[in-house]
Amino acid sequence: MDPSRKFDRVADVAIDDGRIVEIAPRIAQKGRREVDARGLAVLPGFIDMHVHLREPGREDAETIETGTAAAARGGFTAVACMPNTQPVNDSEAVTTYILKRAREVSKIAVYPIGAITRGSRGETLAEIGEMVRAGIVAISDDGHPVSDGQVMRRALEYSRLFNLPVIDHCEDEALAAGGVVHEGYWSTKLGLRGISPAAEEVQVARDAILARQTGARIHIAHLSTRKSLETVTRARREGGVNLTCEVTPHHLLLTDERVAAYDTHAKMNPPLRGRDDVDALVEGIASGAVDVIATDHAPHTLGDKMLEFDRAPFGVVGLETAVSLVCDRFVRPGVIGLGRLAELFSLNPARILNLERGTLTPGAWADITVLDLGRQTEVRAATFASRGRNTPFEGWSLCGGPAMTVVRGKVVWSA
Amino acid sequence: MASLSQKDLLSIEQLSVDDIGLVLDTAEALREVSARAVKKVPALRGKTVINLFFEPSTRTRSSFELAEKRLSADILNFSASSSSVTKGETLLDTARNLEAMAPDIIVIRHASAGAPHLLGTECRSSVVNAGDGMHEHPTQALLDALTVRSMKGRLEGLKLAIIGDISHSRVARSDTLLFHKMGAEVWVCGPPTLIPADFHLLGARVTGFMEEAIEGADVVMMLRLQNERQNEAFIPSTREYFNLYGLSRERMRGARKNAIVMHPGPMNRGVEIESEVADADYSVILDQVANGVATRMAVLYLLSGNSGLKPGRESR
Repeated sequence: MDPSRKFDRVADVAIDDGRIVEIAPRIAQKGRREVDARGLAVLPGFIDMHVHLREPGREDAETIETGTAAAARGGFTAVACMPNTQPVNDSEAVTTYILKRAREVSKIAVYPIGAITRGSRGETLAEIGEMVRAGIVAISDDGHPVSDGQVMRRALEYSRLFNLPVIDHCEDEALAAGGVVHEGYWSTKLGLRGISPAAEEVQVARDAILARQTGARIHIAHLSTRKSLETVTRARREGGVNLTCEVTPHHLLLTDERVAAYDTHAKMNPPLRGRDDVDALVEGIASGAVDVIATDHAPHTLGDKMLEFDRAPFGVVGLETAVSLVCDRFVRPGVIGLGRLAELFSLNPARILNLERGTLTPGAWADITVLDLGRQTEVRAATFASRGRNTPFEGWSLCGGPAMTVVRGKVVWSA
Repeated sequence: MASLSQKDLLSIEQLSVDDIGLVLDTAEALREVSARAVKKVPALRGKTVINLFFEPSTRTRSSFELAEKRLSADILNFSASSSSVTKGETLLDTARNLEAMAPDIIVIRHASAGAPHLLGTECRSSVVNAGDGMHEHPTQALLDALTVRSMKGRLEGLKLAIIGDISHSRVARSDTLLFHKMGAEVWVCGPPTLIPADFHLLGARVTGFMEEAIEGADVVMMLRLQNERQNEAFIPSTREYFNLYGLSRERMRGARKNAIVMHPGPMNRGVEIESEVADADYSVILDQVANGVATRMAVLYLLSGNSGLKPGRESR
């Protein structure tokens, strides 16, 4: 299955020297190693364009080695990692360090995302050109939204020089008002400070306007409300903008009711929303309004998470559950097909990040995700390759998920 | 011995109508202890109660302490200023350390909503929520109910108006849940900036107009307005606030004859309540304080056999 060229049939795939050399109904020539993928789905390699690998700085929570092992186990052949490390990836030196560590310990591809502003403080531009030279694929101040409209505008204008996507964590911090959960019935009932959906929606609207004015490429990270999605859809329908968006599996599957027992494994930013928002996001992955599913994989130590709800950090892990969750809840029931799945997890992230990936074409790198839609698994954090155990899906029984992850022709993980 | 069916008292939400009736009946019976020359019964003799106060509190802490003493419990007081919290210990570690001392009941007051739940899940001891952030203050609601029932003879069918800063009030939440559960008509009233989202779903009618809330009310409950709310742009000034939401003799005329005025304290005279109203004969503010001791005695007594039960889960 290759949605980049509408290819969908039973076929053999021949790989040589890390690249796909032939795709045909029957390839007679014997291979050095053959994989019997009968009954399985062979898709272009999945890319998670929104992860936090925590290295450098918080290696107790995750490392490039454990995070990428988790990614391989979750069916991902590549990840793009956010710059909110310690120190922040706002310089060529940190970008170079991340890429060096990745070459040493990672079996999958790692694409660093650089900071938009120095220290992600939202004030002055980071040395974006230097980081591009070192290998970043996008810029983002994820976790620390760029509040100042003028700084954002400058960043967008500057990003055009490098055709670099700007990934925005949309949150008006004044409107978010120190909230910890979605503002609504549950925040009221639980006595937790609410985050108004307007905090996200206002910023998405600003970005849509700036995207048009500057002609830059904006990708909205972890979009979580119906109104945000409507704003993106309307701007795209009007034309003349380069605006894309992603949603996370947890925003597609859980509502704010999940917070009822003050479980900090259900605390993330943006927060879990209400049913209507969840329904809108699910419609969005089916209709094409949503471009990408990304995990926002955010590992934290249990010590950090086992605090009072308002003191615990935001974030959940997702690399080892995302594909299985989406297969079980959306592919098997027919909400989306395999072609759409490959767009959401592979083709679109590759296009947004300008990566020569996301396709199964002779000549392309042999990055392949093999799915088994009949494979039964149960989410058990204790078995994760990730150091993070903070999943809200513990104990979920799932049918369907990754069976094998192939990067440049090498099997880096198989079930 | 009668007892509550759960290990912990974390919220009004988890209590049934029968549970609430049991607490109120028990409190009524125990009220007599405080009128004796020797104000002590042996109900909790040999039991250890830890008062774990992470937030400054005078009246609630004293009320619990007195209740424990009148039940003959052994008491350990532990407050944030003297605790290891300032040394960076987590709540969970504090809880485990206390648990190792084998208390029967832990009374906790904490600035974070849900902190008592965390404790209740981790500890074998019974946990009593003495106020958690903006979430709940169940013993306050129970003592309010006892006060109203003593004055009015019933809860069902009464109109209760809760007025003030609803957003930041755990008392408003607990009282709304309790009085609604017991069949009263609950109104909450305050500036729209201080009414949280979807509050009506907790069982209250919501209005921004004080006259509407007070009209025909049997009980008017005023909440404290913290001075900071002015700086946080929730209200323009305390002066304007008093004009719109302060309880004056004038406004009380809209309430039902024999209506009573309550306040969980501490009061801001001249900000949310006129001095003359606070001191009027229809004010039952001091009865609330007296009932607080009896109510907490009842809660402690009814939970005292329950430590070691499975951790209480809140019903949804």
